[in-house]
Amino acid sequence: MLLVYLATLSLYASTYTIILLTSIFMYIILTVSWVIFSGPTGYISFAPAAFFGVGIYTSAVLGTELPLPLVILTGGVISFILALFVGALTLRLKGVYFTMFTLGLVELSKHLLLWYEIKYTGTRGRFVILVDNNTIYYIMLAILVLLLLTSYLIRRSRFGLALRSIGESEEASAHLGVNVNLLKTITFAISAIFMGATGAIMATRWTYVDPYIAFKLHYSFMPVLMSVFGGMGQLYGPVLGAGIFAILEELLITKFPYYYMFTIGLILLIVIVYLPNGLVGLIQKWQRRNPEEQHATP
Amino acid sequence: MITTILDIVIAGLLLGGLYALIAMGLSLQYGVARVLNISHGEFIMLGGLTTWSITQTLDINPFVSLAVCAPVAFVLGYVIHQTLFKRLHSISDSPAIFESSSMLASFGLMFIIQNIALLTWGPEIRGYSYLAFPVHIAGTLFGANRLVTTGFAIAIGVFFYLFLARTRMGKAIRAAAQDSTTAGLMGVNINRVLALCFGLGAAMAGIAGMLISMCYPVHAVMGMPYTIIAIIVVALGGLGSIPGSYIGGFTLGLIGSIVTYFEPGLALVAYYLIFILLLLLKPTGIMGK
Repeated sequence: MLLVYLATLSLYASTYTIILLTSIFMYIILTVSWVIFSGPTGYISFAPAAFFGVGIYTSAVLGTELPLPLVILTGGVISFILALFVGALTLRLKGVYFTMFTLGLVELSKHLLLWYEIKYTGTRGRFVILVDNNTIYYIMLAILVLLLLTSYLIRRSRFGLALRSIGESEEASAHLGVNVNLLKTITFAISAIFMGATGAIMATRWTYVDPYIAFKLHYSFMPVLMSVFGGMGQLYGPVLGAGIFAILEELLITKFPYYYMFTIGLILLIVIVYLPNGLVGLIQKWQRRNPEEQHATP
Repeated sequence: MITTILDIVIAGLLLGGLYALIAMGLSLQYGVARVLNISHGEFIMLGGLTTWSITQTLDINPFVSLAVCAPVAFVLGYVIHQTLFKRLHSISDSPAIFESSSMLASFGLMFIIQNIALLTWGPEIRGYSYLAFPVHIAGTLFGANRLVTTGFAIAIGVFFYLFLARTRMGKAIRAAAQDSTTAGLMGVNINRVLALCFGLGAAMAGIAGMLISMCYPVHAVMGMPYTIIAIIVVALGGLGSIPGSYIGGFTLGLIGSIVTYFEPGLALVAYYLIFILLLLLKPTGIMGK
């Protein structure tokens, strides 16, 4: 029902709605794909901005050479390969070292690219091909649907069960025959595909990109924050968290950027201390308290 | 030739002293209190901007700001630990859960502190000049301010090392770093020691911010790169080791100045490459066990 509505939206909604929804989709995709890996395993990754940035630059470099769907696919594949490489190198490390590393990865990519651009191309930024708003919207919707499906299937499969067992105890799951390192690396890479693909299509909305725009830590921080806020126990948690924050950001960031970011920090603290399972935890608690209402609502 | 080498080495040592001080604070917070404090750089920023404000409004020596930065940062860190992290510690089931939830909480703190600073000082880049005259060392020239700040950073390190090695409180901190549960059983007031470590770490960041503002311009969003450098130095030197922080800091400073000499844009890239190699080859760091 909702999908049909969203799929036909360009027929009756205003351009503003389309653009707003595209931004919301972007955050939902980043957040849900972050949760695919970090949710069950408990490894906190600050790498989304790196994969997102790789996608953006794929679009900036190949945008004029290849047809759009191929550019998006390439963005996903390059991110996948990068994540496979990074994961294989660092996922053997203890959780906190992995987190430190991913934080550095974004800055590393940014500075390496900046150095390359200034030294070899002589300019800091690049122009990206223009794509009309409706096309961007539909591609984002398609990526989102694909992602939700992937995430759902992973949660329901033996694969997802193995991932959760890694989160509970890595040693125990290794003894039970789970190939811990392989599983972590593959999942990390799968989550990167969606981030890369999203970067590739979102780049076309900005027309001009430079390494500072593409590899902004903001895109690493927001998914973490949105999933903690939404709760990672259920699939709708990150969707809800990302949706709410994306709308808030749209409304507040241009007028009160500092108050908005300040509030984000405050909410994060409150959620960590009082709602360890995020909105999902709150909703589940409320459902348990009102069992009749749970049946009453369809 | 020799002058060039000396030039690079001294520049590296000057940079390294600051890196070491920043890392020592983080090492204390992570090594003892087990909080990987992502907001560490924000305390540096607060120190820098406060110093700028004090020198601008009162027109006095920036070192006077030490009397404000260090105690205020200490109290801030102490209170944050006693309220936020102590509570997180009590609701976390395992040390691993505490490590990740406290890191996320420090991440929230980063947003809060950074945006309070943006509301207070705005996004402008601030700078003032202090001791900005050159000094001759072995045929090369260096700013007097950089010599003074490095000397000060090293002095703090020595002072703190003696504090840890010679005092009862220092002994309690070392015990808590090794095994906080057992230290608690031995009669160490563990919450107070952990909060003290967190506060001292914040104070060191505040002092580092003051020193940085004497040499470089400061602004409200300067914190993150320093946090990352601190993390790299801590990983390089080994957690919870003061000599390690200084060895790591000077090593990174030297690498930075060597790379800057050959290819200015690549200094940060070199830091990360070192970081990656280190994590893969010896995750416990140079002085780590």
